[in-house]
Amino acid sequence: MNNAVPDNKPIARSRASFDLKTWGPFIALLALALLGVLINPAFLGLDNLSNMLTRSAFIGIIAIGATFVITAGGLDLSVGSMAAFIAGVMIILMNSLVEQFGPGLTTILLGIGASLLLGLCAGFINGMVTTKGKIEAFIVTLGTMGIYRSLVTYLADGGTLSLDWGVRDIYRPVYYGSLMGIPIPVLVFLLVAVVGYILLNHTRFGRYCFAIGSNEKVAEYSAIHVDRIKTMTYMLQGVCVALATIIYVPRLGSASGATGVLWELEAIAAVIIGGTVLKGGHGRIWGTVVGAIMLTMIGNILNLTDAISNYLNGTVQGIIIIVAVYLQRASWRKSAP
Amino acid sequence: MSMPDQPLLAARRISRWFGENQVLFDIDLALQPGEVHALLGENGAGKSTLVRILAGYLSPSDGEVRLADEVRHYRSSGDAEADGVVMIHQELALAEQLSAEENIFLGRELRRGPFLDRRAMRERCREALAELETRVDPRARVKDLSTSDQQMVEIAKAITRDVRVLIMDEPTASLTEHEVEVLFALIGRLRQRGVAILYISHKLREIERIADRVTVLRDGRLIDSGPMAGRSKEELARLMVGREINDMYPERTVLASDAPVVLEARDMVVPGAVKRASFSLRRGEVLGFGGVVGAGRTALIEALLGLRHRSQGQVLRNGQPVALRHLRDAVRQRIAYLTEDRKGKGLVLNMGLRPNFTLLNLRAYCRPLIDRRREEQAFQGAIERFDIRLRTQAATAAELSGGNQQKLLLAKVMSIDPEIVIINEPTRGIDVGTKHQIYHFVRELTDAGCSVILISSEMAELIGLSHRVAVMCAGVLTGVLEGEQINEHEIMQYASGIKGEGADEQRRA
Repeated sequence: MNNAVPDNKPIARSRASFDLKTWGPFIALLALALLGVLINPAFLGLDNLSNMLTRSAFIGIIAIGATFVITAGGLDLSVGSMAAFIAGVMIILMNSLVEQFGPGLTTILLGIGASLLLGLCAGFINGMVTTKGKIEAFIVTLGTMGIYRSLVTYLADGGTLSLDWGVRDIYRPVYYGSLMGIPIPVLVFLLVAVVGYILLNHTRFGRYCFAIGSNEKVAEYSAIHVDRIKTMTYMLQGVCVALATIIYVPRLGSASGATGVLWELEAIAAVIIGGTVLKGGHGRIWGTVVGAIMLTMIGNILNLTDAISNYLNGTVQGIIIIVAVYLQRASWRKSAP
Repeated sequence: MSMPDQPLLAARRISRWFGENQVLFDIDLALQPGEVHALLGENGAGKSTLVRILAGYLSPSDGEVRLADEVRHYRSSGDAEADGVVMIHQELALAEQLSAEENIFLGRELRRGPFLDRRAMRERCREALAELETRVDPRARVKDLSTSDQQMVEIAKAITRDVRVLIMDEPTASLTEHEVEVLFALIGRLRQRGVAILYISHKLREIERIADRVTVLRDGRLIDSGPMAGRSKEELARLMVGREINDMYPERTVLASDAPVVLEARDMVVPGAVKRASFSLRRGEVLGFGGVVGAGRTALIEALLGLRHRSQGQVLRNGQPVALRHLRDAVRQRIAYLTEDRKGKGLVLNMGLRPNFTLLNLRAYCRPLIDRRREEQAFQGAIERFDIRLRTQAATAAELSGGNQQKLLLAKVMSIDPEIVIINEPTRGIDVGTKHQIYHFVRELTDAGCSVILISSEMAELIGLSHRVAVMCAGVLTGVLEGEQINEHEIMQYASGIKGEGADEQRRA
């Protein structure tokens, strides 16, 4: 059964066959949820669920950007540091704006605007250096990862940057508030996912990402501006990081050199669990969403039980990532002619 | 020719299914020692499946493989190689980052104690490459070699083994004429040594020259098998296709005497590939490009299209200078390009057929989201127009046969409704039937007022289709031949730099 491109789905459906690769992540999520309920009925509580989804929103939003980058054959390791750096700059900017505009909406909107702009620029830099400099994405983003991490440490002078208390009070609802009973981070996550889905599966840009990730030469010979599209994926990733940062800052109201550590790996893990191929050519947004939720859910379930120590969170996550990829490979092998 | 009754390697009533799809039906094939056995058939006839079974890459669903009258169950190509059954692949299977020498001995390195015996390997490697009369340095990285040199390494890899049965799948597809001669001489020597050779090729002229025996497959069935003597090229072509092919090359479109020049390239220079070249193309014309592999034809065309950097030169479209910096610019000028590298540059193999078809002209189906229904409609139209045969329900481009891939690529390229079509080696590795269709398609194009540039290494194709033939040699466009001048002898003279512009330089070099 072919699965290289999602728009083969109508054919797949008409054959009335069940596709493990498409549904695998959803089944795994259900199984995990079932396990959670069995371990502790409190798992299904509304508070617990909304708390869990809210927490998964950061990684989830970043991972949706990463889905584009990885589908087009790239990789971005800098997202965690980028988030910390953007958070740092946002806090410094808003703190200094307080004197001029007071701790009001203007200050926060300017901070948000700066965050989006920074994300866009950071992504642009990653994209340009990889495409025009013809350097592997792994190397470039490993470099920028170090740069952003050290910049935020420098800005915080080795300590912590704290948001002005006045601003914090007004900004707070962006993380803690909710609309129609749904937490705002979850709404943003959902919105980003829907936009991402449409972009990846129903626009030229998405189709080009698939083509470039599968075979860059073919894309070039199909009159696609390969460098431009690839740079755009990094910019999209930057915007996603900025959005995640915007809802992250009001959570703690601070940023330091330890902010966003290892987020890049969690984002990549979410993408891979969701069924996107690490070497590019095939990506799935809903898979990524499920992957991000699963990663948070593991931690959540371990919190609710005494059977396994909380400190083994990483172990369980690691095993699940490897098993998920193994299952996908196994179905690849079977489907090969 | 001695003809012992005992075949060396034989297939007995071999059948093979892929899923519910049967691709081979009760095939018998016997390879005698010291004999060249040609295997013919259109793309998708089952040749590759059959030889992959013989060489241990696939197992038969039914029937058996016998070596010296002993049933063999090969579970891998390694098992077959241990029996001396070696296959040279159509698609090169070399480790790019390793040297020629390391590739040749890959998996069976010579050792002295626990260490590699590099000296012995280099010695054997030199001998094998010398026998092939190639100047490949055993230490050169395969990645840095030309395609034809890579093919030579592949052949060297096969002959350094204790080979009893040698299977060659389209070995000459990427070789120059001289290299083909060397290969044929080598085949002659192997034949004398008693090696059984199974030779797959679409080039009937080659088969006529070297085959002792021939077997024709069509749609997975054995159609004909017997000695080559007494069988003509025409007869074999008819057996392969299953119908008579008379008018292989259609009559050329008659050019209006005042047909305007639609495309002109002046003083093109591409660093490292083209020293200088100028040419023009008229409306309704087929301009052929001849020359040996590596003469700079592809580089010239790709530089014109904006796919490669050029250091000098001007392109005029309908007399107006145009700047083509990216293939997209060429598409806007309604110039279409059919690459020679179908799998590497033409189609996204793991993508579906419809997205492949629309990839070049996707914006036509966007408003602004992709309109799947219109896309599907256009695709169905293309299947009909280009006679793409989906015998199995192929879901990805990789699953199509070579000929159908080529038609899909043609459909993709034509989706921009071009006025100028540039086709590069359109019939490489393509069967007679599809070739015939492609030639007639060229005629339809020129009848409709399109102009065609045809790059081809097949002399007959150039002569049969072109109004004029531009010939290149070592980066120089040595001349443009017209009318009576278009014949094999003349093209060769220009292609080797004996005649034409820059002939003196060539002689001195």
